[in-house]
Amino acid sequence: MSVLPVLDLVLIVLVIGLAAWTIVARDIFAAVLAYVAYGLLLAFVWIRLHAPDVALTEAAVGGGVTGVLLITAGKRLGALKASEAGAPPGLVLKLVAGALALLVAGAVAFAVVSLPTSAPTLAPEIAAAAPGPGAGLGNPITAVLMAYRSFDTMLEKVVLILAVLGVWSVGADQAWGAAPAPLRKPPPDGAMVFLAQILAPAGALIGIHIFWVGADAPGGAFQGGALLAAMWMIAMMARLTEPPRVASRRLRHALISGPAVFLVIGLAGAFIADAFFAFPPALAKPLILLIETFMVLSIALALPLLVAGPPNGSDEP
Amino acid sequence: MSPALLSGLLGAALVGLGLYGLIVHPHPLRKLLAFNLIGSGVFLVFGIVARRGAAAGFAFDAAPQAMVITGIVVAFAASALAVALILRLAAAGGKVTLDPKAWAKPDDGGAK
Amino acid sequence: MSLLVDLFSLASIGAGVFFFVAGTVGLLRFPDSLTRLHVLSKADNLGLGLIVLGLMPRADSLLEALKLLVTWALVLLSGAATSQLIGRALRRGRK
Repeated sequence: MSVLPVLDLVLIVLVIGLAAWTIVARDIFAAVLAYVAYGLLLAFVWIRLHAPDVALTEAAVGGGVTGVLLITAGKRLGALKASEAGAPPGLVLKLVAGALALLVAGAVAFAVVSLPTSAPTLAPEIAAAAPGPGAGLGNPITAVLMAYRSFDTMLEKVVLILAVLGVWSVGADQAWGAAPAPLRKPPPDGAMVFLAQILAPAGALIGIHIFWVGADAPGGAFQGGALLAAMWMIAMMARLTEPPRVASRRLRHALISGPAVFLVIGLAGAFIADAFFAFPPALAKPLILLIETFMVLSIALALPLLVAGPPNGSDEP
Repeated sequence: MSPALLSGLLGAALVGLGLYGLIVHPHPLRKLLAFNLIGSGVFLVFGIVARRGAAAGFAFDAAPQAMVITGIVVAFAASALAVALILRLAAAGGKVTLDPKAWAKPDDGGAK
Repeated sequence: MSLLVDLFSLASIGAGVFFFVAGTVGLLRFPDSLTRLHVLSKADNLGLGLIVLGLMPRADSLLEALKLLVTWALVLLSGAATSQLIGRALRRGRK
């Protein structure tokens, strides 16, 4: 009954191989593809670590959306025809870098191996918090994200908005307020349009389901939001819809609705519950689901905007 | 070897690989890939801390896993910002490199 | 009865794995991208279908079995579309 350790070993070897290929591949496109495959296999490692929520997030965001970001970046970089004027690394630099990498990897491995046997854990504390602030959520990760450490999650949503702001401000001055460049040149490919018309509605439904189910089973706002973001990106790639204008008020209001609703309900917690960011016990689950709904909207808008890039106003992708 | 220990060693190896790629590659996009490798290695070390936090009756400790989930999303946001900066640098300067010697203005030799 | 179900699952998943191996061998041995694309889009989808067929009797409920089937349908759909797109890009690159 011990096939599992062999499978674990094969999985780890594959992941290391793909990571090494990402570093040593000579072509950038090959390196990006190796990184996407690595992200997908890493999801399996997370499942072996009993972390299905993290596996979902890694596959959706780490593998999928980051892959689209990097491939779009490579394509746009190629279209700019910028010269790669950097000097190739010399042998001395490679040796020194290799020695440093071995040192750091060895230090981390030593730390991992010498962790104390009786590990400190927050699991009982989280479970004890479940009836109160955890509010009947069956999924402890959602309880941690939305009740136990809700302030951190709100700040993380603000970080997403700041990243969108950063990407927008990198655009040229005269293009401010325009829409980002489209993700593909016109005219759209027939197969792409077909895929978008069938996959996008189905994927949106699945994304909403994963978000809704995340209260009691693996899933949640981040995973569902990432799926919805991917479906919008597919629709933009098939040119069924265009990236919205950056100056649009509706877009901006919808984008900040996630952290704004979170902050308002958290502030209200100071009056209607015991403390800032606490929930009144009777209303906890409905309030959490309300916050999560707006969070999903924010995430589904922010991720494709991050991939689409700064405002550009032209028709060239 | 338990999966937790193997994954921890995998995380250490990824940090090392990523560090090597970050230092050695001149192209900024490949530096970004290597940086993401370092990030996912660190997340794996978090993950084994979560797995080892399996106290009596629980399969895992939920707090580090929640932090890893937010970490993955923040890492993606940082990568998107880095990509926007790289593209702007390439568009504005015509070169895609971080080498300061490539960006140095040619010397006039003192003439006005 | 459960022995029969187990044997059926084993046979189906085994056949699915065989098709995946055949697809990988084709990926490694075929001369150019178009032939490799052909092998992947046929053998891998069939292999996944057989594996899903083998897993369906072991699902906990009818809903789970249907979810497995929907997963296969989605992979089939996106695999077909992306194979078309890759094929067209390859032909354009050839011209």
